Amino acid sequence: MDTQVLTYIFVGLSFALYIGIAIWSRASSTNEFYIAGKGVHPIANGMATAADWMSAASFISMAGLIAFLGKDGSVYLMGWTGGYVLLALLLAPYLRKFGQYTVPDFIGARYYSNAARLVAVICLIFVSFTYVAGQMRGVGIVFSRFLEVDINLGVIIGMCIVFFYAVLGGMKGITYTQVAQYCVLIFAYLVPAIFISILMTGNPIPQLGFGDTLVNSDVYLLDKLDKVTTELGFNAYTENTKSNIDIFCITAALMFGTAGLPHVIVRFFTVPKVSDARKSAGYALIFIAILYSTAPAVSAFARMNFIDSVQEVQYKEAPSWFKNWENIGLIAWKDKNNDELIQYSSGNALEGLKPNFNNGRGLSGERLVNNNPDLTNSNEVYIDRDIMVLANPEIAQLPGWVVALVAAGALAAALSTAAGLLLVISASISHDLLKKTFMPQITEKQELFYARCSAAVAIFIAGLFGIYPPGFVAQVVAFAFGLAAATIFPALLMGIFYKRLNKEGAIAGMLSGLVITSAYIIYYKFININLNSADNWFLGISPEGFGFIGMIINFAVALIVSYFFSKPPDDVYHMIDKIREP
Amino acid sequence: MKQNYWRSNLKILSILISVWFIVSFGFGIIWSDFLDQFQIGGFKLGFWFAQQGSIYFFVLLVFVYIHLMNKLDKKYKNDSEGDH
Repeated sequence: MDTQVLTYIFVGLSFALYIGIAIWSRASSTNEFYIAGKGVHPIANGMATAADWMSAASFISMAGLIAFLGKDGSVYLMGWTGGYVLLALLLAPYLRKFGQYTVPDFIGARYYSNAARLVAVICLIFVSFTYVAGQMRGVGIVFSRFLEVDINLGVIIGMCIVFFYAVLGGMKGITYTQVAQYCVLIFAYLVPAIFISILMTGNPIPQLGFGDTLVNSDVYLLDKLDKVTTELGFNAYTENTKSNIDIFCITAALMFGTAGLPHVIVRFFTVPKVSDARKSAGYALIFIAILYSTAPAVSAFARMNFIDSVQEVQYKEAPSWFKNWENIGLIAWKDKNNDELIQYSSGNALEGLKPNFNNGRGLSGERLVNNNPDLTNSNEVYIDRDIMVLANPEIAQLPGWVVALVAAGALAAALSTAAGLLLVISASISHDLLKKTFMPQITEKQELFYARCSAAVAIFIAGLFGIYPPGFVAQVVAFAFGLAAATIFPALLMGIFYKRLNKEGAIAGMLSGLVITSAYIIYYKFININLNSADNWFLGISPEGFGFIGMIINFAVALIVSYFFSKPPDDVYHMIDKIREP
Repeated sequence: MKQNYWRSNLKILSILISVWFIVSFGFGIIWSDFLDQFQIGGFKLGFWFAQQGSIYFFVLLVFVYIHLMNKLDKKYKNDSEGDH
């Protein structure tokens, strides 16, 4: 059977499984809709959390980014796993003990103020939508490449599936679907990694394989990779190019940002006991670490294989994956020296950020682009980093069923995260905005109805993001993490560990973190893009890392302002005492 | 009694968070270039901490935390039952 048919079968079967689970476990009360009735086993909850956490960015983009960034890419590995430790130790057990439905619930109660709750809701909706936009792009890429359907149709199929199990099933449906999605995605990630590790180093464990010697030689893979990359004019693979302070701040922003991501925090509201919240955080981190420790191995293999299979190869003889990805516009080749050979080295192949294809074909049959070649270097290949994980099995010439499996896995990763985020958005609208702020008189049944409506609207908007992708998806990702770090995380942390913090301090802190971080990112990412380089940055900190500074400002402002206003009321003290008890 | 529980909790947290900081920001970033002069297998040590080691330590930390907190919970639950 060819890869195309296999892909349809794998994706179809996995979708049927998700829908089946959604029907079997649909929600009947607000409690089940928001937090699955608190009846989820810690291991199942751990898997669901892991699927929720690992998005299309983790599955599709991360290893590709690291493949091209080398050691600089460690910020994602440490940032996204290290943030989890903060969440598990500093937030999850206490928020579970507090025992309500949403993150704004906690902020509203702890700071005895609907204004604080509103600020939290705004930050939360912004962070969640930014994140959803990225998932939908992932779904679009997978559908257009592997199922060869129109991207728009692909996004609509994805929307229908998510609609079905998020709107009907609520948290309960999503949790059990995510357990299945975790199994699909981790299997799909590990199988090609193990295959490639055996092919390249003879070691079946990728985590060890990429530190091993190459087959039939006594040269270490990483040493060879360092040598090859430096020869092509890149930085050595295992060395940093960014300054230490920038790497420090980016890692910190990603860590504190992930710890403040609402769709993951809400996971810990779904287990029966506080000790279960701790336990399920532990299981989740194991499940996450399996993928995250494999990712850098995949990156090293992919970079090596990619260079080996295209460097100095005649375009006409180029492998089919090269041309397939060129056909959907994520690879471009410009024969600068007219020798019909592909030359790959450092520097941009083309002027401008992205290739702008026209319908023509060049002398060797390559797609023509309108961009001028960048003649300051000899690199002829444009490659979108997002394709590395998806193309990896084909580059390594693995059988068709592995390629099909990876497609199903990537969809599982994107859909599971999208569903979790949509649920958080719908809960914050129906519960925090309507029930707790504007329409307190509605019954539970009405609230459930509004929750389903807002989930439906949120899915519709997310789908629009996928069909008309905003050109700025990559830029706004810095935003999502930066803002979560600068607003939500400090409010939660101080809410638990510093009793004296009053509502004035908390609101001033969140607002100053929000304003300063957004101003810095908007200035360098949207207004003055030309100035976006290390010389102009404040202390050499890039917009991606500025959320960390925003967070420090938030802490400082909150503490100072708090000092000038009266203490929180006694019942808040009691509440904090209560969540601190064993 | 409750205050003792909270104090022990804070002590556990501060130790674990320090380890968290040292293995990631310390070994993975600040001292990473220095550690790169040592080699384990094909990995330079600083590179290994940045891309592998820190993650393994994170998993370990969370499980140490679970273990210590369960012990602490048990101790204080037994004590309070003894009081009644």
